[in-house]
Amino acid sequence: MKFTIARRVVQLTILGLFIAGNIYGINILKGNLSSSELFGMIGLSDPYALLQLFLAGFSVGSASVIGALIMVVFYALIAPRAFCSWVCPVNILTDLGAYIRTKLKIGKNIINISSNSRYYLFALSLIFSFIFSIAAFESISYIGAFTRGVVYLSGSAISIAIIIICIEAFLGKRLICGHLCPLGAFWALVSRFSLIRIYHNSKNCTHCNKCKVVCPEMQVLDIVGKQSGNIRSECISCGRCVEACDDDALNFSILKFRREQ
Amino acid sequence: MQRRDAIKTGFSLVGLLAAGSFVYKEYANAKPVLKLRPPAALDEDEFLTRCIRCGLCVEACPFDTLKLAEFKDSGVGIGTPFFTPRDIPCYMCEDIPCVVECPTEALDPKLVTKDGALDINMARMGVAVVDEKNCVAYFGIQCDACYRACPLIDKALWIDYKRNERTGKHAFLLPIVDSDYCTGCGKCELACITDKAAITVLPRDMVIGKVGDNYVKGWVEGDDAKLKDVDTKMHLDSKKGIKYLNEDEL
Repeated sequence: MKFTIARRVVQLTILGLFIAGNIYGINILKGNLSSSELFGMIGLSDPYALLQLFLAGFSVGSASVIGALIMVVFYALIAPRAFCSWVCPVNILTDLGAYIRTKLKIGKNIINISSNSRYYLFALSLIFSFIFSIAAFESISYIGAFTRGVVYLSGSAISIAIIIICIEAFLGKRLICGHLCPLGAFWALVSRFSLIRIYHNSKNCTHCNKCKVVCPEMQVLDIVGKQSGNIRSECISCGRCVEACDDDALNFSILKFRREQ
Repeated sequence: MQRRDAIKTGFSLVGLLAAGSFVYKEYANAKPVLKLRPPAALDEDEFLTRCIRCGLCVEACPFDTLKLAEFKDSGVGIGTPFFTPRDIPCYMCEDIPCVVECPTEALDPKLVTKDGALDINMARMGVAVVDEKNCVAYFGIQCDACYRACPLIDKALWIDYKRNERTGKHAFLLPIVDSDYCTGCGKCELACITDKAAITVLPRDMVIGKVGDNYVKGWVEGDDAKLKDVDTKMHLDSKKGIKYLNEDEL
């Protein structure tokens, strides 16, 4: 449970700091996940949002470009899709939806789509941004809408939360984060060479498949039981498999460091 | 087993219905909102392509003037900032914190910079329009609430004195907006004493007209410059007369 608790603490702390920045003017983190200001000096921006804005208008403010570069480098260096499981507040909702789904033992998906759909949506959002001169995903982003609702304390956050939870619980297993989210696709692409990876040691594996039961991105565990190696960058680094594994076959490890051994 | 499956399907359907009703609630209640943008906002289309929807301008505003549009505020672009002057107008801070904070320059400081310094009077957020039928000053009652509230008093909003022929001994004190100076801050709209404001700030592109180049103000020096290199050829529709004869209405 330690990773899950740590993740919730990080997610809620970030949201809390945004709320504090908005309501009490506390100068640690201001803005929201699209673009923010750390300690009132360092500007941070969502690189995917900025990419769309750039394709839409071919000119963006310099402050936001530097902020986006900081974010890309930061997330590209640490664990794959760390944003998705450690920062994104929608993750809390989808996890809750998945929890309800398991508790009610709903097995059947109403909608079945490939987990590659998110890459098509990602490409489509960039193409639409270019054609229609508007940040295509940003203007309908449920992540943005929910985060804004929470940070600026508006009632619409509750409706959006209920919609997301219901979709995750009843429409399809891990539908939003695991199949549709273009932002997740973006971070998966950025994370190709990130340093902290889940490492599978097949010598310890007893083929109990407990990891596959809890994993939100099952396809990344295809090497489990077959060969030792690193898990792909579609992994959201949530650490659930590490918690579930009783045989010490899965753990976080630093990519570069281990290669030298 | 069949009954259990049926119950599960029922659960799913009820859940999805709940989700659907919330989607409906968010969208069906959407009310159109006037696109009154913060000071120094780019042209609407360009603003929408530039705004990253971060809300830093909203947080920077010391008067809580700006709001970010939600699903229920239709027509403004979800997540982009706007304000409603009748609730809270723009108080025209001299240091314009909302513009300074914008990371993507969707609020472009260049638009409010004069001689290297920020000048909020250059902002063009909207323009005030007077409803003459429902303004008590046009009734003949002395009210100058909007005039007194205007930060650019006697420039953006001035009073036209007119004789009241009905009483024969009183004057009308009529508020007149000069759109060259009006910033659209909305302090007049907030100050208006009528139940629903008789002076309203509207987006400039909805109100400001445009005169063709063929109208030259002879009394303005250099105004005839726009006639230089102008196309003087006649553009007549030769079929117009035939159409006129052939169509029913004469």
